[in-house]
Amino acid sequence: MTKSELIAYIAEKNPHLFHRDVERIVATLFDEISAALAAGDRVELRGFGAFSVKRRDARIGRNPRTGETVRVEEKHIPYFKTGKELRERLNGKR
Amino acid sequence: MADRTVTRAHLTEAVYQEVGLSRNESADLVESVLEKISSTLSGGEGVKISSFGSFGVRMKGERIGRNPKTGEEVIITPRRVVVFRPSHVLKNRINSSLGEAATRRAT
Repeated sequence: MTKSELIAYIAEKNPHLFHRDVERIVATLFDEISAALAAGDRVELRGFGAFSVKRRDARIGRNPRTGETVRVEEKHIPYFKTGKELRERLNGKR
Repeated sequence: MADRTVTRAHLTEAVYQEVGLSRNESADLVESVLEKISSTLSGGEGVKISSFGSFGVRMKGERIGRNPKTGEEVIITPRRVVVFRPSHVLKNRINSSLGEAATRRAT
């Protein structure tokens, strides 16, 4: 499923809303999560999962092709931990 | 770095501010988006949100684990897990804001 398919589904379920409003709703939701992560905040959605940011320290890496050493700067990566309910649904517990 | 936790209530508020539906209806819409993603994943199908990231479902085989408290060996049954791959847009957005904060700390 893509974002546009998700929007189409929500629009179909809510015929009283304009399609462009549904687009804004879905965009706002993901933009809000992105903004929170960019501020270093955690996003916790019970039953669904939690998004957080993990820090990866700077390290000396190696170009696997040339063997050359390169400095890899400290970076932050977004991380998702599946919520309990979703984890159980995936494994047929409900 | 603000260590705040954003919840459904914040997302609902943002949708409410943006679109001007009632708070109740905004909450229902946030919920139906999360529910649709969950049911799609439970059905074994991945979900791709451009400029945010993609959620996939992966199968994990059976393995032997250990109860860390008792040291007892237990068989961990095969299961399905969700994997999230953030998009480059999201990774860049996080690194440009948090990377700058780190640089400021260092100087």
